[in-house]
Amino acid sequence: MGLREKLEELRQQGLNEIENSEDLKNVNDIRVKLLGKKGPITNVLRGMRDLTAEERPKVGKFANEVRDELQRALEDKKASLEQAVMDAKLQSESIDVTLPGTPVAQGQPHVIQQIIDQLVDLFIGMGYEVAVGDEVEQEEYNFEKLNLPKDHPARDMQDTFYITPSVLMRTQTSPMQARMMETHDFSKGPLKMISPGKVYRRDTDDATHSHQFHQVEGLVVGEHVTMADLKGTLEVVAQNLFGDQLKVRLRPSYFPFTEPSVEADVTCFNCLGKGCGICKGNGWIEVLGAGMVHPNVLKMSGVDPDVYGGFAFGLGPDRFAMIKYGVEDIRDFYQNDMRFLTQFDQKG
Amino acid sequence: MKVSYQWLNEYLPLEENKIEPNALAQKLALTSVDINEVYSPSDGLSNIVVGQVESIKPHPDSDHLNLCQVKISEGATVQIVCGAPNVSQALGKKVIVALAGAKLKDGTKIKRGKIRGEESNGMLCALQEIGFSDKIAPKAYEEGIWFLNDDAKVGDAVFSYLGMDDTIIDTDLTPNRGDMLSMYGNVNDLSAIYDLPNNFKTYDVKENGTQKAGDLLKITIPDPQIAPTYKARVIKNVKLGESPMWLQIRLWNAGIRPINNVVDVTNYILLKYGQPMHSYDYDRLPAHDLSVRHAHEGEKFVTLDEAEQTLQKEDILVTSNDEPVCLAGTMGGLSTAVNDQTQNVVLEAAIFDSVMVRKQARRLDLHSESSMRFERGINPETVETALNEAAYWLQQLADGEVEQGIVTGSEKPVESTPITMSVNKVNAVLGTELKLEQIENIFDRLKFAYTQSGDDALVVNVPARRWDISIAADLNEEIARLYGYENIPSTLPTMTRTLGGLNPRQKFLKATRQSLQSMGLNQAISYSLMNEKQAQQFTIDPAVTPMQLDYPMSSDHTTARESIISGLLVDVAYNTTRQVEDIALYEQGRVFIPKGGERPEEQEHVAGAMAGSLLADSWHLEKRPVDFYQIKGIVERYLHNMAIAGTIEYVADSTRKEMHPGRTANILLNGKLIGFVGQIHPQFAKDLKIPATYVFELNLEALMVAEKLPKQYLHISKYPAVTRDIALLVDEDVTNEEVVDLIYQKGGQYLKDVHLFDVYTGAKLPAGKKSLAYTLTYQADDTTLTEDQVNDAFARVEKHLQDVLNAEIR
Repeated sequence: MGLREKLEELRQQGLNEIENSEDLKNVNDIRVKLLGKKGPITNVLRGMRDLTAEERPKVGKFANEVRDELQRALEDKKASLEQAVMDAKLQSESIDVTLPGTPVAQGQPHVIQQIIDQLVDLFIGMGYEVAVGDEVEQEEYNFEKLNLPKDHPARDMQDTFYITPSVLMRTQTSPMQARMMETHDFSKGPLKMISPGKVYRRDTDDATHSHQFHQVEGLVVGEHVTMADLKGTLEVVAQNLFGDQLKVRLRPSYFPFTEPSVEADVTCFNCLGKGCGICKGNGWIEVLGAGMVHPNVLKMSGVDPDVYGGFAFGLGPDRFAMIKYGVEDIRDFYQNDMRFLTQFDQKG
Repeated sequence: MKVSYQWLNEYLPLEENKIEPNALAQKLALTSVDINEVYSPSDGLSNIVVGQVESIKPHPDSDHLNLCQVKISEGATVQIVCGAPNVSQALGKKVIVALAGAKLKDGTKIKRGKIRGEESNGMLCALQEIGFSDKIAPKAYEEGIWFLNDDAKVGDAVFSYLGMDDTIIDTDLTPNRGDMLSMYGNVNDLSAIYDLPNNFKTYDVKENGTQKAGDLLKITIPDPQIAPTYKARVIKNVKLGESPMWLQIRLWNAGIRPINNVVDVTNYILLKYGQPMHSYDYDRLPAHDLSVRHAHEGEKFVTLDEAEQTLQKEDILVTSNDEPVCLAGTMGGLSTAVNDQTQNVVLEAAIFDSVMVRKQARRLDLHSESSMRFERGINPETVETALNEAAYWLQQLADGEVEQGIVTGSEKPVESTPITMSVNKVNAVLGTELKLEQIENIFDRLKFAYTQSGDDALVVNVPARRWDISIAADLNEEIARLYGYENIPSTLPTMTRTLGGLNPRQKFLKATRQSLQSMGLNQAISYSLMNEKQAQQFTIDPAVTPMQLDYPMSSDHTTARESIISGLLVDVAYNTTRQVEDIALYEQGRVFIPKGGERPEEQEHVAGAMAGSLLADSWHLEKRPVDFYQIKGIVERYLHNMAIAGTIEYVADSTRKEMHPGRTANILLNGKLIGFVGQIHPQFAKDLKIPATYVFELNLEALMVAEKLPKQYLHISKYPAVTRDIALLVDEDVTNEEVVDLIYQKGGQYLKDVHLFDVYTGAKLPAGKKSLAYTLTYQADDTTLTEDQVNDAFARVEKHLQDVLNAEIR
């Protein structure tokens, strides 16, 4: 048998062995056996010196081809075996991806805080400052300076927790109006403020009444502030909180600190004015009270009503939250049931 | 006020102009006053007709039922079984018949049937059965069926005979629009709103008596503050009886019960003019004089409702011979009330002080149609008009002799202050572009007199019937509402740019909330008012006498809180009773610390409360109950987030009586107490029926003013870090803080971090010892540390731990 034939036989035999090998060790053994320094191919190459000069390069070339081919076959086999090992490993590692993920600790802001934050952000964007006052107020600021003298019938509308005859739990966040107007330098521009916070009324708690609730009071005083500006501002608020297409409707009302005073209704966000259960069929939802600041209020805070004027509004985040989320019992806001608090977690 | 559409229609051409009741109500709501509801008394009723009782005989099988043959239409007579006590008087009378198939107010459906064996084809009705409340249905028919006027036509629906086909617009007034508590006010406003002719009718009396009223009655008003206007008439020989149906209908549709013609007339005038009136039995007055005065403290007086009132000196009285005869403006007295025997009547029309009436009515809980009107003001222009018309009706309906003249005790002059207003200013306030003529047109409709003053200004004389208007801003409102709020444009303030934003305090509070939320605590908002005991618990500093309400509403909310934890524990208890086990709450808000000033110091605090476990139960995690170190970790992380620059220490505290003595730490900032953290006392938890609960509270005032770490980039070393672990056996009372402090102190310049990774106490250790294990991390910013450098530094630490803390290195 000539060298060429021998090589051919080695090639066939080698390829067969590689083909039939079953694991990586096996493949490695074959590699050492066939291609190692003492392996048959090396042996064959050693026998080349017996060949003619003419034949030598041909056989040499052939031997190299055989070696290369075997090497490739070994590598391919190795790769496919490795892949199989990996596949088996991955297979064994597979899990039930439908099992729930690991819980994460995440706290939520209170739903009323969310409404307040939304309003605060909106008004800051319109250039308002935020003024937070004391919850225990002087009667003078809670009532007198807001044009609510003693014995004014409108005081009956706001049953009050008194501490002493001159100190009380504020019934509205409006006292900050007077305090801010007193200190604001109008020569430097208008006063634009909102005042969010807790307020208190002497009320028996039930589904729709709470002795503690929240208010966001707004005030703009400057040289050219109109009722049209009030209407426009309230529309921005309504649309920001409840939806883009909503309209605002003003109705006459009465607050001692504003004149004219209005009640603002917003198109029912649920039925868009067609009438439904939420708006009790009339297509509008009453959301806040507002008006043009009463000249007496300006005067009492040292602001000249002949030069300056403005508007004020007061809205209730509790009521907003009740309307917006359909909360039926105002006490839910203050009992802090975890199941209630964690509901309002949508950030989108 | 319950305003009758039919009555309005007598004075205003509403139907003629196709102004339907619902549209009218809507218009009022948008222009004048709010609307409670619009309804017809006949709503929900059907098949209720006029019948005539043709015969009555006793039910053979009953001692109180009768069998009535009732004609229900021409040629149709049916038998109806009736148990009303007054049915015996019903023969020949026109009655209210609910036919078979009729629906009553309470939803009952009338069916044809048999009552004790006798056929009954309907029901004879009392007013209550067709929707009248007990308070309104006339007393005479309280116990029986109603008899219609004889001219009612058999077979007709009954509603028109009872005024039930009317539509009632129930208005809800703001305190300033007292003028809308009368037909007069409503007619005036609607006439202006719709620009309709105003046909309001007034009846003047022709005095037909022979005597001078002034001779029959003396009135002296020593204190005109109580009664700025006080007038009366004397009417003799009245014949008491039922009022005509039209008058009864007016009253009951307005929610007032008809009583007799004298009282009904005073109530009619009250509705028509908003002028409350009172009638006294002239002959039962202690003397023929009237006066007003404040009550004596403790004075007794029996009111019309037969209740004995104990009066206070603020109360106001009408007196005769100095004896009280009426709680002025509120309720008359029983002893001088008009009754069946009354022949001669004193009619009073007055204005009483609104504040005094309000306080009196409120204190005695005697709110009435009269007091409500006095409280909101009375039109001084119509006091006499109303008195005269009342006399007119007593003449007409009770054959009274109206004696000569009005007796006047006091009289407030009718004033009208001229108000100057400018068109420019109106437009500047409303944001409109109204012209002078448009404004004049509005005043014309309102019947406000005005004169022009210059190109731009008007001087307006507002009639006394609109006592709510006194300044130009009030006129702006009139213009705005009649022009229509819907016609006012929507704009945004166009002014010099103002910068909005949160101030540093507000930013700090917001960051506080965000930090705690990010660690899994949910924001709670609890009640700031608690009971006295709760209010003083869990205070950071020793509790002081808390701020209390003068007149609380409920015993649960009497006192302003001095800590937030108390309220959070109420929340924990609320959750626990509702089987919510995992609780993680925080609250940021005010506490109220009295410090001797007029008002307490309001401090911003933040507090947290945790029970159960922070992470929801999971198949994937071992349930890990909240413990001291978990809540402390939150506090530490929070303080880290807030970049507090000073030294923060946690010092064991066993003195807080609401807290676990061995699991509580005071939190100090630069040596000053700013809060605490720990487990609430197990006994306290047991009393509250809550599980083991961990809490913290921090005074944010201290943190807000504390120095903050600058926000600066820290260089990250690119050279490798080297770590060394060390385990120490130390005495049990050696704290982690002592060890860590010492390690840092002696660690050398390359020590970057000391991390406690194990704490062990237990049987395997000698008594009184514990084992602590730390990883020390060394790193240089500019070079790779050598083994020797680290070994030297580590050896120094080991030596000092041995020397100073007597630690055994393991």
